[in-house]
Amino acid sequence: MSEQLQSDFDKLVKTSKFSNEEIQFKKNFLNNFIKKGFPNRKQEDWKFLDISQIIQKNISNLSYFNDYSQSNKIDPSIFVDGLEHNKIIFINGRIEKIDFNFEDQNKIEIIDETRKDISFDYENSLIDLNSAFTDKFFKILIKKNYSLKKPLIIYHSINDKIKSTNINLRLDFELGENSCLKLIDYFANNTAKNFINIFYNFNLKKDSILKNYKIDKFTNKNLKYSFNNIEQDNNSVSETFILSAGSDYFKNEINCNLNGEYSSAFINGIFSLKENQQHEIRTTINHLVENTKSYQLIKSVLGKNSKSAYQGRIFVNSKAQKTDGYQLSKAILLDETSEFNAKPELEIYADDVKCSHGSASGSLDENSIFYLMSRGLNYQQSKELLINGFLMDVVEKITDVEIKNLITNIIGLKQ
Amino acid sequence: MDTREKDIEKLKDYKYGFTTDIESIKAPKGLNKDVIKFISKIKKEPQWMLDFRLKAYERLKLLKEPNWQKPKYPKIDYQDLYYYSAPKSIKDKPKSLDELDPKLLETYKKLGIPLQEQARLNGIAVDAVFDSVSVATTFKGELTKHGIIFCSMSEAIQKHPDLVKKYLGTVIPVTDHFFATLNSAVFTDGSFVYIPEGVKCPMELSTYFRINASETGQFERTLIIADKGSYVSYLEGCTAPMRDENQLHAANVELIALDDAEIKYSTVQNWYPGDENGKGGIYNFVTKRGLCKGKNSKISWTQVETGSAITWKYPSCILKGDNSIGEFYSIAITNNHQKADTGTKMIHLGKNTKSKIISKGISAGFSDMTYRGLVDINSKAKNSSNYTQCDSLLMGNKCGAHTVPYIKNKNFDSNIAHEATTSKISEEQLHYCQQRGLNPEEAVGLIVNGFCKEVLQQLPMEFAVEAQKLVGISLEGSVG
Repeated sequence: MSEQLQSDFDKLVKTSKFSNEEIQFKKNFLNNFIKKGFPNRKQEDWKFLDISQIIQKNISNLSYFNDYSQSNKIDPSIFVDGLEHNKIIFINGRIEKIDFNFEDQNKIEIIDETRKDISFDYENSLIDLNSAFTDKFFKILIKKNYSLKKPLIIYHSINDKIKSTNINLRLDFELGENSCLKLIDYFANNTAKNFINIFYNFNLKKDSILKNYKIDKFTNKNLKYSFNNIEQDNNSVSETFILSAGSDYFKNEINCNLNGEYSSAFINGIFSLKENQQHEIRTTINHLVENTKSYQLIKSVLGKNSKSAYQGRIFVNSKAQKTDGYQLSKAILLDETSEFNAKPELEIYADDVKCSHGSASGSLDENSIFYLMSRGLNYQQSKELLINGFLMDVVEKITDVEIKNLITNIIGLKQ
Repeated sequence: MDTREKDIEKLKDYKYGFTTDIESIKAPKGLNKDVIKFISKIKKEPQWMLDFRLKAYERLKLLKEPNWQKPKYPKIDYQDLYYYSAPKSIKDKPKSLDELDPKLLETYKKLGIPLQEQARLNGIAVDAVFDSVSVATTFKGELTKHGIIFCSMSEAIQKHPDLVKKYLGTVIPVTDHFFATLNSAVFTDGSFVYIPEGVKCPMELSTYFRINASETGQFERTLIIADKGSYVSYLEGCTAPMRDENQLHAANVELIALDDAEIKYSTVQNWYPGDENGKGGIYNFVTKRGLCKGKNSKISWTQVETGSAITWKYPSCILKGDNSIGEFYSIAITNNHQKADTGTKMIHLGKNTKSKIISKGISAGFSDMTYRGLVDINSKAKNSSNYTQCDSLLMGNKCGAHTVPYIKNKNFDSNIAHEATTSKISEEQLHYCQQRGLNPEEAVGLIVNGFCKEVLQQLPMEFAVEAQKLVGISLEGSVG
């Protein structure tokens, strides 16, 4: 594997316009990754989704090199209808377009950050891989007191011109004081077997609001990994919604540091899985100061041979009195071959806190089905109605009405 | 200081901290084949037992000490321990409870429940393990009448080799994890219980463990077999003398319940927890596992963990028989620099199996407490259910309380529900109690006992009283 990495890396350096300093940075990351390798189930965080094995079985010919000097054609058919929005378009790992047409251009700044090191500690080798092979990466800065008028949609798409089977993306966001960003990650249709590795870093200043929606709806053969690091200052709010349904394998990881008082984090997720899919959400919420709040709600509907896992961790520092932390994970197992794993963790060092978690899993309630059928619905309709209600509960948590409607339509739920 | 004050002062210290000066036979220091052969020889064990030990020892050489747990401890030098220590002369052994430990009895009196009286009034048969050799067994006659075998492990190896051979190592195989394998290689004694078919054991069986000699590890091995349709309730209590150095306690407990049998296993663990600064104390690394082998069988673990510098144990149930039930009730209290990483594993294999976990953790001072549990419902375990509740109570902001449950559901017919909360004693509750004339410590004791009630109820009556007092004493000095 390391030879392939090395030769692909050399190709990348040759075709790109990286400065020497940038190349040196990337080289360090590459060496780190070669040292650590892909994570496997021996590591506690990867217990439920052994990425090393999945790659071996599914993407044995993993290659890393993409020619970022060539531009790709944008296919407008992937765009979301019925919602005015700003766009960032990624095709084959290359940023083709950054388009903030609806916004005041003076309030948004795009900065090249390729030679900046990662500002936090991590053990995750996929971040090393990401930083080594990603194209130039940018920081999007929303200036003080500016709220984006329209949501920003990031389109993730791959066309058949792609050379590698691994794509890495990285973006940094900085939300200035009292600013607001609504961000939608939209994964377009694609059938090839690729390993997609996404890394976002968010920095939320005082009173800012971030709403991130990840929509993975279309059935595809990809293995996706997405990592969000969120740093929150006083009184900031982050809201993350994850629809985890389309890919064969998908792991969403969120690391959220509540550094400022009265900051809060909300994470809501839906797993809707069919044949042979394996998805996971792993969250770490670090309550580091007083009066912070976090809320997590994860629901799964699991079909034949599918597996979902939820690993949630709430950490409360000894300084973080008056913390309010909550985790709830629920799963409906539709088939005897489906599997749900959960590891909701609490790690608490302060005494004046309110922390709780709950987890429940089981099959659809036969009594409820009987009730609906006695009122004239057939079995299939009753089942659908119950699942609809079960998932709607999570969608209802979305605070933005427009986006809520969009997501309801995408999932195909009835209100 | 008047006598009353002195008494109170004494109460605060560890009450079982005394050593008994008895000359003892020790195996040479260190862990090697010769020591294992020495232990086996001195206990006059048959060849198959020695083979069992040696097999475990061979396996042990391949294993590494686990290090994933929360409480870290300084490396143990296994070559620097005595693996066998026994009182030299049979005359030195206490023959009855009266001789066991006057001081111990005195302390019990202080707690308001003389053990002597307990034994007499309540008809508890006690098998006391003094260091590594079982020395006092009472109520034998009564038990023999029912065909119940209740003796020390070494006696069982001599007298009932068939039973031991058939069941020993079937729940905790010699190839298990590091400490269990270590125990399989060097275990010295323990209790053996066999309840024949259809017999309801007429009294609570009880073992009393003490670690006496210094620099010894205590490795006892308990095996309880409940044959078809039988019932037994077993209680173990543990104390150890005060010493500066850390002592290792790595016991193995195996329970086997056949068709329609029920085993209730209660532990009150009060090993020496070390002093206020975290010096000394017992490392309690115990492997406890029960196998519900037959249909409709039931195993219930109840534990009150107040002692030990580090407690690291997960009493587990393997629910293999259809309709079998596993239960786990736990109170773990840590104070000062104590650390506990405890919980349970419920492995559902049979159909219609049920399990229930109630865990209450209380941490105070600088201590750290972790609940770590696994609920695994296998794809064949149709219509199974689990309910888990783990609550933590924190006193002060120097301590920690953690919950790490693993939930695996591979069966769509089965239900798992898990709940956990973390809180502190509210000012209002304290105020309410104090208003009615309780001092702060009494008030905390009352509230904590209420918090633990669900678990304390599961203990046999007479021990519930003791446990309740223990809860109070363990938390002394943690408020104010």
